[in-house]
Amino acid sequence: MVSLFEQRKDLVFVTGDLGYLALEAIARAFGDRFVNAGVAEQNAVSLAAGLARAGHLPWVYSAAVFTVLRPYEQIRNDVCLHKLPVKLVGNGGGYAYGIMGATHHALEDVGAMRVLPNMKVFVPLVAADVAQVVSKMAEDPLPNYLRLGVSAVIPGEIPAFAAWRKLKPGRSAVVIGMGPVLQGLYDSDEDLLDELEIWSVGTLPLEGIPPELAASIKQKRRVITIEEHYLAGGLGEALSYAFLKCGAVPDSLDCLCAAGYPSGRYGSQRFHQEESGLHGPSLVTRLEKAIRG
Amino acid sequence: MTGENAAECVMLEERVFSVTKRFLAMYKKANAGHIGSSLSCAEILVFLKFAWMNDDDTVVLSKGHAAAALYSLLAEAKLLSDSQIDSYYEEGTELPALPPFNAIREIPFATGSLGHGLSVSAGMALGARLNGQDRRFFCVTSDGELDEGSVWEAALFIAHHQLKNVIWLVDRNHIQGIGRTEDVLTLEPLDAKLRAFGYHVVAVDGHDFASLLAARDECTRVLRAQPGAPVAIIANTVKGNGVSYMQDTVESHYLPMSDAQYEQALEEVTRAHAAAVNGLRNAG
Repeated sequence: MVSLFEQRKDLVFVTGDLGYLALEAIARAFGDRFVNAGVAEQNAVSLAAGLARAGHLPWVYSAAVFTVLRPYEQIRNDVCLHKLPVKLVGNGGGYAYGIMGATHHALEDVGAMRVLPNMKVFVPLVAADVAQVVSKMAEDPLPNYLRLGVSAVIPGEIPAFAAWRKLKPGRSAVVIGMGPVLQGLYDSDEDLLDELEIWSVGTLPLEGIPPELAASIKQKRRVITIEEHYLAGGLGEALSYAFLKCGAVPDSLDCLCAAGYPSGRYGSQRFHQEESGLHGPSLVTRLEKAIRG
Repeated sequence: MTGENAAECVMLEERVFSVTKRFLAMYKKANAGHIGSSLSCAEILVFLKFAWMNDDDTVVLSKGHAAAALYSLLAEAKLLSDSQIDSYYEEGTELPALPPFNAIREIPFATGSLGHGLSVSAGMALGARLNGQDRRFFCVTSDGELDEGSVWEAALFIAHHQLKNVIWLVDRNHIQGIGRTEDVLTLEPLDAKLRAFGYHVVAVDGHDFASLLAARDECTRVLRAQPGAPVAIIANTVKGNGVSYMQDTVESHYLPMSDAQYEQALEEVTRAHAAAVNGLRNAG
């Protein structure tokens, strides 16, 4: 953000009173263009819409759940209907706030955003993606939502951020995932990983299905989707429609997604991922079943 | 009242008479409701447009239900055409019951979902300040709208940031969706609440141009003073003002006019206008 601000001076950074030990450099660089709007997300979003109407490029930052859900109607009416370039930034997508508990988790944020007109959702995968995404968002004249999380660390060379990225080839099944939850695949065992052709989705709404992916789906017939988000409104649902639309319909589709709080107990992000079958032994079991099934 | 003030009031009375006749005709042709909302704020809008605002200033009608009054006001200022006005409520119109988005340059935001107008006004005002522009944003909220928490978020923000280029007018007619404000959620003492938030508050008769002009002059003095404060005007009004069967009724928010009611409304508004102008001419 600071380097972007050096290039263009129309940015305004609005935080909903979050960003301790995170936003200090931005606050210093932005000066009077850094606004702490207080714990008042509805006003922050409408304020940003007004700033955009006055010719500025506002970024609104808070925890993902507070960025998206508290001011939902403000996003719909004041930002999306008016096609204003307001850039919403939600930190802690999925279970990233871990032990903070359910009120701080964002498991429906992407679904809530992707049904809105003119809204584009960006989900980085690795740390290097974030700066690229921020640049793309700054260039996009429409509303955006950036879902931040703890970046994945994925071996090998990762292509530059894009709507679609093929991360690796594999023998038996196609996995399509959104965001750092893909890490779980790489943390499973090597033999299993060899079976998986892995693709990363970086933006929603989906920009079609790449021909190479469609061909692969037709050949392998098995697709697994993985996301740290509820099934409703998430990547798996979006892909289901896209498969039908492009005629690349797999024989089996397993949508791995957030299960909420099945045990009623709380823990780290990893704890909740494992409870949802998104990481660790529970993920391995589900992958094996999907591949064999 | 000075002769100059009386002359300005006469001009404003002529304007509001024209604006009111136009929106009554619009409502009648459309067989539409929300008439009481427009009658409540007609003088406020005319006062802003013809006695306070400059070309660079913007009115944000946060109480979007009075859109017909706003459309009529814009037509009065030659910013909407007769054919646009004729299309009100028609299939394919640019002018729906509540203000549209991105259709009319003078309407920066679609409003009517209550509790948005003050925040978008604050955003545009902060944006103007950052741009070094001397632009003002006149935000008209209803009183029932003050139930929305977002209004108070915006009020905190405007006061904290001393956004003196947001001028907040509350159309205080004491009636909301299905009841009286004090029966639904008590707002009083409203002036003390706004003062406690950091506003300089002026309470006026929102149908009396002499009162409104005095409020303008007081606000102008406060806004120029240092350190000064952002201003809020509580315009005490009557829902359905000027039409006897609508005045101070919840029904005037919803019901359209029959032919006979329309004729009666026109007669009463015309009579009241003539009396107001005569009174001003005698006073002046």
